[in-house]
Amino acid sequence: MRIPALRWLVCGLLCWHAGAAALTAEDLQALAGDDYASKEQALGALATDPDPRAAALLQALSDGDAAVDAAGRIIIGSGAASADTLAGMPVSEGEAAAAEPIMLNNRLRSLVERGIAARRLFDQDLAQRRAAAEALLANPDARFRPLVERARMTEADPDIKSRLDALWAMSALNDPDPEVQLAAIDLVVARRQPELRDLLRPLAEPSGGHETDARVRAAARAGIASLDRWQWWGDLAATLFSGLSLGSVLLLAALGLAITYGLIGVINMAHGEFLMLGAYATYVVQQAVQRYAPGWFDWYPLLSVPAAFAVAALAGLLIERLVLRHLYGRPLETLLTTFGLSLLMIQAVRMIFGAQNVQVANPGWMTGGIAILPGLILPYNRLIILAFSLAVVALAWAVLNRTRLGLFVRAVTQNRDMAACVGVKTRKVDSYAFGFGAGVAGLGGCALAQIGNVGPDLGQGYIIDSFMAVVLGGVGQLAGTVVGALGLGMASKLIEPFWGAVLAKIAVLVLIVLFIQKRPQGIFALKGRSAEA
Amino acid sequence: MNRREVLKLGSLAGAMSLAGVSMRAWAQDKSPIKVGILHSLSGTMAISETSLKDVALMTIDEINRSGGVLGRKIAPVVVDPASNWPLFAERARQLLTQDKVAAVFGCWTSVSRKSVLPVFEELNGLLFYPVQYEGEEMSRNVFYTGAAPNQQAIPAVEYLLSQEGGGAKRIFLLGTDYVYPRTTNRILRAFLLSKGIKESDIEEVYTPFGHSDYQTIVANIKRFAQGGKTAVVSTINGDSNVPFYKELGNQGLKASDVPVIAFSVGEEELRGIDTKPLVGHLAAWNYFMSVRNPTNDKFKKQWAEWAKSQKLPGADKAVTNDPMEATYVGLHMWKQAVEKAGSTDVDKVRAAMIGQKFVAPSGFTLTMDGNHHLHKPVMIGEVRADGQFNVVWRTKGPIRAQPWSPYIEGNKGKPDVVSLHEDLRARVA
Repeated sequence: MRIPALRWLVCGLLCWHAGAAALTAEDLQALAGDDYASKEQALGALATDPDPRAAALLQALSDGDAAVDAAGRIIIGSGAASADTLAGMPVSEGEAAAAEPIMLNNRLRSLVERGIAARRLFDQDLAQRRAAAEALLANPDARFRPLVERARMTEADPDIKSRLDALWAMSALNDPDPEVQLAAIDLVVARRQPELRDLLRPLAEPSGGHETDARVRAAARAGIASLDRWQWWGDLAATLFSGLSLGSVLLLAALGLAITYGLIGVINMAHGEFLMLGAYATYVVQQAVQRYAPGWFDWYPLLSVPAAFAVAALAGLLIERLVLRHLYGRPLETLLTTFGLSLLMIQAVRMIFGAQNVQVANPGWMTGGIAILPGLILPYNRLIILAFSLAVVALAWAVLNRTRLGLFVRAVTQNRDMAACVGVKTRKVDSYAFGFGAGVAGLGGCALAQIGNVGPDLGQGYIIDSFMAVVLGGVGQLAGTVVGALGLGMASKLIEPFWGAVLAKIAVLVLIVLFIQKRPQGIFALKGRSAEA
Repeated sequence: MNRREVLKLGSLAGAMSLAGVSMRAWAQDKSPIKVGILHSLSGTMAISETSLKDVALMTIDEINRSGGVLGRKIAPVVVDPASNWPLFAERARQLLTQDKVAAVFGCWTSVSRKSVLPVFEELNGLLFYPVQYEGEEMSRNVFYTGAAPNQQAIPAVEYLLSQEGGGAKRIFLLGTDYVYPRTTNRILRAFLLSKGIKESDIEEVYTPFGHSDYQTIVANIKRFAQGGKTAVVSTINGDSNVPFYKELGNQGLKASDVPVIAFSVGEEELRGIDTKPLVGHLAAWNYFMSVRNPTNDKFKKQWAEWAKSQKLPGADKAVTNDPMEATYVGLHMWKQAVEKAGSTDVDKVRAAMIGQKFVAPSGFTLTMDGNHHLHKPVMIGEVRADGQFNVVWRTKGPIRAQPWSPYIEGNKGKPDVVSLHEDLRARVA
């Protein structure tokens, strides 16, 4: 922010010099060279040059389609569509291929983008103009001041006008007229962008500073205070949101375990691998959609959700049928067996998909975010995962409390023998419940694939957190897991700003140990006879 | 020529070749030379290290097909230390004592190198380490074919501070919590202070291995950037980079506002990422796949063909990167040194390694220095939408490594080369 702002002040009107002159070879010569400073200067002139050929060249530079050949000609376009910029003559494909592409680094590229944006300030299309104003606002640049002032006079749309006003205000803060300064400060503060504080700071300096008008100083100080307040609220909201979001991730990871371990009582060390299977199912669905229906790629998560559930649930059922049912009532053996099973599953996946992580791309509607406050952006993928985790909790709750299977599961959890006596097929209930728990874990894996890495070891990273959430919340309670996971997320995110990620992790572990010491049964304890079982 | 004559000729040829074989067998050992490959094929580092194993196998195959070393074939012994640092030491011991390998090519993270170092020094083995690292080490049992800090980190930060690189006034040092990022950041901090950057304009943050929630950190970077033009120096290692860059993209932090320069993210790591939000972020290396020269064209072609013939995952989009190049260079230099020494004996090879030259895919002729480090060129690249890098800055030629950084106190007066009398003794013996 500071540099472009300074440039505003320093360059001022000087930069509108290329004006009427047509584009010449000398103007472009520096583009092909290695000297950075002259390259920047040439691009700056190009960016404000009204010549339509300059516009075409800027677009080509932005697309990476501009090249310079041995004779120093700048060639734009690619393949058969190549043309010499200045002469406008087509260039043969061979010549175009031999030319060296013009490389731009970040700074130059953003200058080119601003040049393109500035041209669009006078576009017929409202959306184009709005985008142009937004782009200039993101990186204020004194080169375009005359253009902005011109656009400000003619702009009719109030929304775009306010952006142009802000752009103007940033340059007018140091105007000699205090009234203009006051108006500019008001406009800048109205943006509510904390990073603009830097522009106001020189004005707010006590009387020793270069600002002489007391009213302006007071207004600038008030403006800074107001921006600070917005910053404070923004920070608070950001911390709370990130806590909630981490909590929802933990919740998705732990929910399956809340069923397989919490309700059925299997110390399920292979839980993480059900997450992993769900994530890989998501990957396979993604690949399949990409291959057979690329047009529908953006909607593959809708398909991958049931697929992840099905794959993990099937694996869970299979494992329960073949292995775990022989081990009920023997927690130590179960622990070791599930641990072994987890290694088996990791290795199997590693052999099928390779040890490397696989790439699960976010669909278009899950990338980017929504700006709640200026400076606070809530990423879509986190919002969607938050909603998804609530949906999965609702699903699990509904299955356990509103279906016959759920009734049986609860009956078996509370008193196995009595449930068997009244005719519940406890074995079958165990299988289904375990399969359901594994399936829910698969759903979790499907969501985790959208924010993290998908590799054979994916589950290993979540198993400890999952157990922590379940144990903290209280074994045997869905509600406990929800509170436990969200609480863990909040606690880590509240500690992290102060102590950093490494210490936050340790601190959370210590807190859990202390809590469990005090209250071994977790936040929510089962009451009644089943509590001892 | 009738049938009898053909038979006669054939048997004559057979007898002669038999004699030849037995004579040569008498003259020298024809058994294959074993070479160890010690890279994690699973765990958090597998994303980076797997391809190093594959490129080592490719290079060995190339050497074998062109006649091997000293007329002997090279037999690779591949082990998987599974991103588990103590397991690295165990596997290294196994390679040196049971498999009796002539040299080991391996390790990525500094913590893994630190854990195998005592083993190599105790058993007098030879390790070729192909990754950029924090320096502060110069073992007579290790050849470092990656960059020392002055061949990567310091030029990179200099670039960020320059007008060309955006003229950063504040630097956010972000890394995984282990020895490489900690030491690198210590050096960088001292360097930045010497450049007149204030303490308050440097922020240092670490995350655990495998960290996947970067919300708070990205928010902190945003806030830090409000105080002036900011650049982030990332020493995040392994697959944590994916969630980090995803979060950067989702929170709308663009490279033109706050550029991130990474020391451990190359073409291979970018394969696992949706690169659109990353365009314009930076990486500093000594080689990029996009470098244009005939040696690199050959290297890339060779790798693509190898990946296809071995049916490696993602072979259709096979990419090369800096540590792969360093592995390739290391193996070739070892071969040259063995041929010069006329033996695979560690002490003889060590002496022969010094001064070896090799035309590397980076387009420069690299030399092995007496300090066991390569002279390397430095390049800075910006991420393109296709996962490759545009080289936006490079040094004129290879520069010599300074393993003992002058920016760390107490490094003055440390020996500049691996102590010679050890090597002399070896040469006399």
